[in-house]
Amino acid sequence: MTAVPAPAPASLGALFRICSTTGLKINAQAEGLIKANAVAATVSLLIGGITAVLVLLTRWQVVHLLPADWFYRILTVHGMSMLIFFILFFEMAVLYFASAVLLNSRVATPRLAWASFWLMVAGAVLVEWMMWTGRADVLFTSYVPLRAHPLYYLGVILFAVGALIVTGIFFGTLVVAKRERTYQGSVPLVTYGAATAAIIAVITLGHGAAIYIPTFLWSLGLMNVDPQVYRMVWWGLGHASQQINVAAMVSIWYLLGALTIGAVVLNEKISRTAFVLYVLFISMAAAHHLLVDPGLSPAWKVWNTSYAMYLAVLASMVHGFTVPAGMEAGQRLRGYTKGLFEWLRKAPWGDPGFSALVFSVIIFGFLGGITGVTFGTEQINIIAHNTLRIPGHFHATVVGGTALAFMGITYYVIPLIFRKKVAFWGLAKIQPYLFAGGMTIFSIFMTFAGTFGVPRRHWDATFAQAPFSVQYNPAVDLMVGLMAIGGLLAAVGGGIYILCTVWSVFFGESIASLSSAEIRALPAGVPAGMLRPPAPVADAKDHGTLSRGTLVLVAVFLIAFIAYYFVNWKLLSVVWKVG
Amino acid sequence: MHTGMESPRGVWWKPAHKAEKMWVLIAFAWCMVLFAMMPLWHLKGAQNPSGIRYRVDPSAYARRTNEFIRQYKVGEDGGFAVVEPPPGADVYLLGRMWAWEPVLKLHKGVAYTLHLSSLDVNHGFNLSPVNLNFQVVPGYDYGLRIVPTEAGDFRIVCNEFCGIQHHVMVGRIIVVDDSAGAAPTGGAQ
Ligand code: HEM
Ligand SMILES: [Cu+2]
Ligand SMILES: [Cu+2]
Repeated sequence: MTAVPAPAPASLGALFRICSTTGLKINAQAEGLIKANAVAATVSLLIGGITAVLVLLTRWQVVHLLPADWFYRILTVHGMSMLIFFILFFEMAVLYFASAVLLNSRVATPRLAWASFWLMVAGAVLVEWMMWTGRADVLFTSYVPLRAHPLYYLGVILFAVGALIVTGIFFGTLVVAKRERTYQGSVPLVTYGAATAAIIAVITLGHGAAIYIPTFLWSLGLMNVDPQVYRMVWWGLGHASQQINVAAMVSIWYLLGALTIGAVVLNEKISRTAFVLYVLFISMAAAHHLLVDPGLSPAWKVWNTSYAMYLAVLASMVHGFTVPAGMEAGQRLRGYTKGLFEWLRKAPWGDPGFSALVFSVIIFGFLGGITGVTFGTEQINIIAHNTLRIPGHFHATVVGGTALAFMGITYYVIPLIFRKKVAFWGLAKIQPYLFAGGMTIFSIFMTFAGTFGVPRRHWDATFAQAPFSVQYNPAVDLMVGLMAIGGLLAAVGGGIYILCTVWSVFFGESIASLSSAEIRALPAGVPAGMLRPPAPVADAKDHGTLSRGTLVLVAVFLIAFIAYYFVNWKLLSVVWKVG
Repeated sequence: MHTGMESPRGVWWKPAHKAEKMWVLIAFAWCMVLFAMMPLWHLKGAQNPSGIRYRVDPSAYARRTNEFIRQYKVGEDGGFAVVEPPPGADVYLLGRMWAWEPVLKLHKGVAYTLHLSSLDVNHGFNLSPVNLNFQVVPGYDYGLRIVPTEAGDFRIVCNEFCGIQHHVMVGRIIVVDDSAGAAPTGGAQ
């Protein structure tokens, strides 16, 4: 390494109040809100994780743990606690971080911010209560006319209203920061990305209101809701909200790249335009869930699933290049110039923020992205809809991608916001490996099992009590077994994450008292990127050389994509004729 | 150069370098291929989820199914009517909590219009082991023109959660090959 490492700051107390390299000023209001939302997210993750294991051990027919009623109940809890509560509470924290912290600003309306936090908590508690007491056995999609208790829908509404207010506060904070000149020029890319996530959240929550309020009234017997219209508007919420997750996740990729190895932004125009594409095309994505539905025309399906999607896909493919290319360029400019991959080989693999970032990009792109685009093709959906291929796909996107990125950033949030060392540092270092490895195995074999037609959301795929016997390809048993092993491995990874974070926050060692000598020695429990921030670098003329390795990686990605996509057309072409 | 957590200095609307431009163009071209494949398959492919789609009152659909069963019934199987419609016929399959009715007997290589609808909640039509999947929504008739391309004893597995007995909701389709002569037997319990 030829670049000089940045000098370590005199004391970490000072670093974390005003970070010397980035000038981050941690504002007390934002700090409290971030902490509260992070705690709520972790509690949700714990509930979601325990239920994940229960569901997994039931689907694994060798164990077949739960009885049927509890399987569907616990599956409802898993979906809601993970996809809605964990993810959204975490995203609220991200919004406060990307506005108040990154822009050195105060929070626009702290009182309202706290009120909306408690509103979200109240909504989540109400929903959990209804689910656990068996009054909402409808799975997280609650397709009408399956009926839950009215308080279930009310809980979802309260939670969504709270989240909507937080997005408003986020925009308010951007205005405050601009007016009070807390930063110069444009907002940083990370904040920009978070802003697109917030805009998408507003659109999404609009759909949410449009469906949950009528459904709430329907559950009270006050109006009718058409099942097909429900599916369409519900997925306007359900899929669009996945785009919030993607935008938030990509913002965190840029953030983690910057924090861990000083990744640079190669071209602001390209990265920002890609974020705008997410906003423009996202409401159409509901179509992915309706491709084999009776209520919609082929033209509507093709237009919505494709036009929308492929420009949004383009955006993801662009980020999939610019994120690693920015990392590579940052490393090369700091002297890791040998060959194609020295920049990657000599990266800080022991920093859980870094390893989580890399695995998140790979799992999201290679597993989640490729399967998602393929299954979202109008006709190919015929051989994917409602099979295990679908949860196989989205555990790669929202779990291996989004949740893992969230985990990675947590290792920086603990010292930065909570001012604590990360407890059990040795475990924390291997946590992303376990979680990513487990999720990879889990989602690959889940997807393969789905290829044979094994249904999702199903208590007994041996059909012991059915009027006609069903025999799957014998390979299915093996695949489900491997899926279970992968899932358990990931669950251990998730458990370690919870252990490390909870322990650090409540019983962790404070870092304020670390002396500069101790800091120079890189103590365990604080990611190196935080202690020895990457030195700033000047631009280089030739970006082709700067991103050589990444070009090879994206070429491999494109080949895998093309292969999987056309293999699926081939699989489709041999099934019964239907039209 | 700056990172993603710092404000860019000055004007950031700058031309992209060659490597970035090249990837954006390649990705865009691939997206257009993805787009083109769907209309193309409508023209050239034999598997499309188009169908004839209209609203139908669930009780009217149930009457139609019963009429269809009465007309073409050829036997019984595990308490379900077995129905063998003539080539080209409109075939009615009804999903309800928690069964598919009736059992169908079809002929290989013959075209039918398979109607799917539900009496109560959403169900999922999964033809096993072929792996063909369609959503079955109450109040909507999905009329799919199908041609069974292989003979055999097939199952219809419900793959949309439809209540506590969702996992017993299995139906049956038998496809016989006229050219081969004998119809396959067995499979049912
Ligand atoms: C160790 C981690 C996890 C494991 C082992 C796991 C396992 C499972 C299993 C076995 C299913 C049931 C599939 C089916 O029968 O259809 C499932 C469904 C699901 N999971 Fe996970 N999961 C994990 C983490 C997550 C996370 C972090 C999220 C969201 C952020 C998530 C979101 C979902 C959703 C939305 C469903 C679908 C529920 C439904 O079909 O109603 N999971 N998961
Ligand atoms: Cu059903
Ligand atoms: Cu069902």
